[in-house]
Amino acid sequence: MTSPILDVKNLHIRYGGASADAVRGVSFTLGRERLGIVGESGSGKSTVGRALLRLLPSAKITAETMRFEDIELLSLTEKQMLGIRGRRMSMILQDPKFSLNPIRKVGDQVAETYLRHFKCSRKEAGEKAIAMLEAVKIRDPERVCEQYPHEISGGMGQRVMIAMMLLADPDVVIADEPTSALDVTVRLQVLNILDSLVRDRGIGLIMISHDLNLVRNFCDRVLIMYAGRVVETLAARDLDKAQHPYTRGLLAAQPRIGGARAPLAVLDRRPEWLEEVSR
Amino acid sequence: MSKRRLSLQGATGQIGTILVTLLGLLILTFIIGRMMPADPVRAIVGEDATRETYEQVFRSLGLDRPLWEQFFYYLGDVLTGDFGTSIRTGQPVIQDILHVMPATIELATFAILIGAGLGVPMGVIAAVNKDRWPDHVVRVLSLFGHSMPIFWTGMIALIVLYAKLDLVGGSGRMDQFYIGLVPETTGFLLIDSLLAGEMDVFWSAVNHLILPASLLGYSSSAYITRMTRSFMLDQLGQEYITTARVKGLSKHQTIWRHAFVNIRVQLVTIVALAYGSLLEGAVLIETVFAWPGFGQYLTSNLIIGDMNAVMTCVLIVGVIFIALNLLSDVLYRLFDPRTR
Ligand SMILES: Nc1ncnc2c1ncn2[C@@H]1O[C@H](COP(=O)(O)OP(=O)(O)OP(=O)(O)O)[C@@H](O)[C@H]1O
Ligand SMILES: [Mg+2]
Repeated sequence: MTSPILDVKNLHIRYGGASADAVRGVSFTLGRERLGIVGESGSGKSTVGRALLRLLPSAKITAETMRFEDIELLSLTEKQMLGIRGRRMSMILQDPKFSLNPIRKVGDQVAETYLRHFKCSRKEAGEKAIAMLEAVKIRDPERVCEQYPHEISGGMGQRVMIAMMLLADPDVVIADEPTSALDVTVRLQVLNILDSLVRDRGIGLIMISHDLNLVRNFCDRVLIMYAGRVVETLAARDLDKAQHPYTRGLLAAQPRIGGARAPLAVLDRRPEWLEEVSR
Repeated sequence: MSKRRLSLQGATGQIGTILVTLLGLLILTFIIGRMMPADPVRAIVGEDATRETYEQVFRSLGLDRPLWEQFFYYLGDVLTGDFGTSIRTGQPVIQDILHVMPATIELATFAILIGAGLGVPMGVIAAVNKDRWPDHVVRVLSLFGHSMPIFWTGMIALIVLYAKLDLVGGSGRMDQFYIGLVPETTGFLLIDSLLAGEMDVFWSAVNHLILPASLLGYSSSAYITRMTRSFMLDQLGQEYITTARVKGLSKHQTIWRHAFVNIRVQLVTIVALAYGSLLEGAVLIETVFAWPGFGQYLTSNLIIGDMNAVMTCVLIVGVIFIALNLLSDVLYRLFDPRTR
């Protein structure tokens, strides 16, 4: 295997004012692959994603290593970090209703990523933005560029978000529940667009989700997080062979189309699982 | 097409609202006029007038009519631009007000420039550094400005900065020496002196303006700071700020290009409101600095119960606030795409 794009060892994160770590000793690597992170609410998935981009100003982040290619992210200054964000690593946020600036035109907002990282004219950046909007399958991108976020649908908003975050051609993209705010009818469409772009461009993708089925279909590998730790790492196709009781519990709690209509299992949580892993 | 109709409907609705508000305002001023403890007839005829003269004037003012009829007379007068004569000055009220208003506008305009110039940056700095030392410093500064007794501070400042140090001009709009030197064209001394080419008068006026305007500005900056801080905090907590940072924008760019741009309409609105209260309420400063403005005019008339003058002043204050509200509505429509 070639050397990973991201290499994280023993990552700890504590929010300012909190009495315990929100993330406690997480380790993983990411190659040019699609890595899923699943786990229940509050298990620390988003915290890991945001820490990778150093977006948690109030939190204390420590790790043996948090390396992006051969850059040690934790030893970069904020100024150096600005060159990484958006350009080398970016993140797709959850809900376009909130993650797009409500009073700026869509085209402007997309082009801003390009303008920020490349020396070029506004016009050039605008053309790049239009080409990228085409790539996320937006019909009539010139018109959409002139619209405001409240004038476009959620599915289209999330495609705009994808365009914005892939425009500067990053190597790593973190997608934090990219479809959970969307109508079920457009989820698959948006995921397929993201998936094909990520594959074509050889981007390393971290897909954060609650949804085991989604991760099973769109990822190569899956990390299962529980209470700030990774309890198990599996190839997506081996999810059913999971060993850890927490993962098995998660699987049992998933509804299945065409499955038996028994009541869904309720998740079992045990304090001893916190201790046994990542030692 | 349908969008245009909608905005047309909005405009008609707005005009309707304004008309109703104006009517309400007129009713209010009318009631204030009738409830004033002064006797307008006595004020005209004097203490020693005979009963007959009194009754005659009483009738000629229409005071023997039912109230609603009186109100319609009043309405008719206002609509034809007749605001009556001031008992105190013997001049048409409107002429008096046109004479005093420029002094107040000059003062209030400088004050609001200072107030917003201080308050907006301080509010942004406080929000960006929430709960760190710059925030605390700003809080103390604006608390001080807010609770400063302006009458007292004004006097101390006059004693120290004018009488002792002679850094600024004293009371009045210019040095005694220059009074009457430039013809009153617009009423704005700064403009009139420039028009007349009298630079000495101009600088004297600036010198006299600077202290009261700074004091007023500082005290109104407290409110502007507080509001700016809370508007900014609100925006900085939004998810689109995270998006901007993920794109690689610096803190500075995120604050000014995203958060600040998004609060400009709210800012203009509260600055306009602060300006409105400066236009109406610089009474204390005008008294301390012997500034011949609207605030002084209103108080002197209130004290002697000059009904026509007081009613017109109240009406003007009301109209100023209606106009400012209208301005903020228009701004929202222009700058916030969600309201279109
Ligand atoms: N800004 C913050 N300040 C303090 N604690 C926080 C903050 N954000 C998150 N936390 C805490 O950190 C832990 C992990 O939160 P995180 O948002 O990473 O979970 P998550 O797995 O993404 O959950 P979800 O699935 O609900 O998005 C939680 O216990 C949460 O309460
Ligand atoms: Mg989350």
